[in-house]
Amino acid sequence: MAHAISKTAGAHGGGDQGGHHDEHHGHHDHHDQESMKMFGFWLFLITDVILFGTLFATFVVLRFNTAAGPTPGELIELNGIIISTFILLTSSFTSGIAVLEMNRGNKRGLILWLAITALLGASFIGLEVTEFIHLVHEGANIGTSAYWSAFFTLVGTHGLHVSVGLVWMVALMLQLSRRGITPVTKRKVSIISLYWHFLDVVWIFVFTIVYLMGVM
Amino acid sequence: MANHNAHNAHDTQHGNGGHGSHEHGGSMKSYVIGFLLSIVLTIIPLVVVMNDLLSKSGTTLLILIMAVLQFAVQLLFFMHIRDEEKPRFNLMALIFGLVILLTIVAGSIWIMTYNTVAH
Repeated sequence: MAHAISKTAGAHGGGDQGGHHDEHHGHHDHHDQESMKMFGFWLFLITDVILFGTLFATFVVLRFNTAAGPTPGELIELNGIIISTFILLTSSFTSGIAVLEMNRGNKRGLILWLAITALLGASFIGLEVTEFIHLVHEGANIGTSAYWSAFFTLVGTHGLHVSVGLVWMVALMLQLSRRGITPVTKRKVSIISLYWHFLDVVWIFVFTIVYLMGVM
Repeated sequence: MANHNAHNAHDTQHGNGGHGSHEHGGSMKSYVIGFLLSIVLTIIPLVVVMNDLLSKSGTTLLILIMAVLQFAVQLLFFMHIRDEEKPRFNLMALIFGLVILLTIVAGSIWIMTYNTVAH
């Protein structure tokens, strides 16, 4: 396994030294590449911060523009939102445990905790879809007023991120079961748990600004 | 083969340290503390909002502070921003992103609040 990796990395480094040296050189090259990929993903998260920033700004500016239609105070049911908030908080924690299991080299534990995280994420999405259906039945769809347009865009974009994360997590679990814990899959798990913590942070602001302030 | 083993040991030791912000810290203790803190920081605003404990502006301020603290908890205990080695490019990128975020959000609110044409 380590041999195969050092070979590919060696190709990048143009390593023409033989034997041990080549491997060592190759390892560091590879290592740098993995950490560069982590940094690249971090930069993606920063751009996502800006994306959500624009959506939050739009939402806050339009928060009173309900065009004589339904208002958030009438329609939002906080109970379901509280449950999904705790579900997402817990899933952020379980994705952290998955990383701990990975650092311990426990492949089964890693996949198990990733599966728990994905299940929690799926129930979060299930609750969100139920909530959206409820809102549409109550007469608030994305075209009802500026408020609801901003609402569905902001909350929906977050939900879309979680859904993408779910597909990604399932794919990663499949890959882990086939390839085991390698430097490459390690980096991938670290990245997805970073993504998952990030989505939790975004949700905390959605919860505070959209829901708590909506029912005040 | 011996080389490989040594190499692997090196890998597991080092692989945890160098990867930017993430893998280094991560003890069970820090995750549990972070989780408990984040639960407390979620319950406080809930209780205040649902029981109308404070005035409207007081509540708004409090729940925003709780959200920011929650963000800090996730960043410190889950995303391990403290463990990053120098140069701290992740932290710099994050600060830059937050500056843009604040500019967009505060700027939009400021402009639209005093935009008398729109009202």
